[in-house]
Amino acid sequence: MLGAVTLLLVYQLIGEVLVRFTGLPVPGPVVGMLLLFVTLVARGSAPAWLRDTCQGLLSHLSLLFVPAGVGVLLHFKRLGAEWLPIAVALVASTVITIGVTALVMRALQK
Amino acid sequence: MSGKFSEIWVYLAASPLLGLTVTLLAYQGAYWLYARAKMNPLANPVAISVAALVALLWFTDTPYPVYFEGAQFVHFLLGPAVVALAVPLYANLETLRRNLLPLGGALLAGSLVAPVSAVAIGWALGASRETLLSLAPKSVTAPIAMGVAEKLGGLPSLTAVLVVSTGILGAVLARGTLNVLRIRDHAVRGFAVGVAAHGIGTARAFQVSETMGAFAGLAMGLNGLLTAFLFPLLLRLWGG
Repeated sequence: MLGAVTLLLVYQLIGEVLVRFTGLPVPGPVVGMLLLFVTLVARGSAPAWLRDTCQGLLSHLSLLFVPAGVGVLLHFKRLGAEWLPIAVALVASTVITIGVTALVMRALQK
Repeated sequence: MSGKFSEIWVYLAASPLLGLTVTLLAYQGAYWLYARAKMNPLANPVAISVAALVALLWFTDTPYPVYFEGAQFVHFLLGPAVVALAVPLYANLETLRRNLLPLGGALLAGSLVAPVSAVAIGWALGASRETLLSLAPKSVTAPIAMGVAEKLGGLPSLTAVLVVSTGILGAVLARGTLNVLRIRDHAVRGFAVGVAAHGIGTARAFQVSETMGAFAGLAMGLNGLLTAFLFPLLLRLWGG
């Protein structure tokens, strides 16, 4: 587990450094994810020790955004003032996105 | 007695231990409720734990930065978690290869429609610029969405709230939407939910079938990746 966590942090670090160097407007961890993905493709397999740790980490993915979610209390004023556009935008765009994605995929499957 | 208690409280509130511990307790309590509610998407554990923690901070008059002092240890794991998404993405490589055209086309359509429709509707109804920028990446998995919002000039903590809300909405609304459109194929249903409602939609899809879950997870990873690269580019074109 320690090895896998270290590996993830090393890839994240490389990602962050690359983003700083190139000025790419992409989050560093995303670059790290891409590099790890490329490494796995080149290697031809994902080792079990890495799979286990990643699965453990991702199974608690929703816990990880609780601290940021609590930050909602910094935005009560904004949410109170703009609740209508936010609510309508969220509901409508979620339904539209599900519909469009499904229809395009079905159309291209034929 | 109450003097002693407040003394202990002052001591604990100043240490990161408390913020970290209440975060873990709140989440596990909320997860227990979610399991008791038979994983009903309306009993989303993130929504419940956030509500409980907000109430706690409110009643104890604790400022958010003091809480975050401890909670940042959980927050920090978002970065490695994004890197870890490479592993399930790799596991689905074969599926991806065999369905390159339908998956690629649906991904591109969905990842464009989600932010464009949200921003257009929000803008038409008079939302502010910062709100729109925070709203744009709301269909992407939270850690990526927050990174993107930060790069765009939105408010990452507002984005986190909007992402969670979107996930819950997607999990609740997907079934009806897809039934109206007469989409029966579990692969298509899963992929659509994953693009629109990221991890919360994926968790929901796994409860219906393995196929639906796998395609939802694949969609979540690909959408996060594409959005992270596509978004700044779109915004640059827009601005200049």
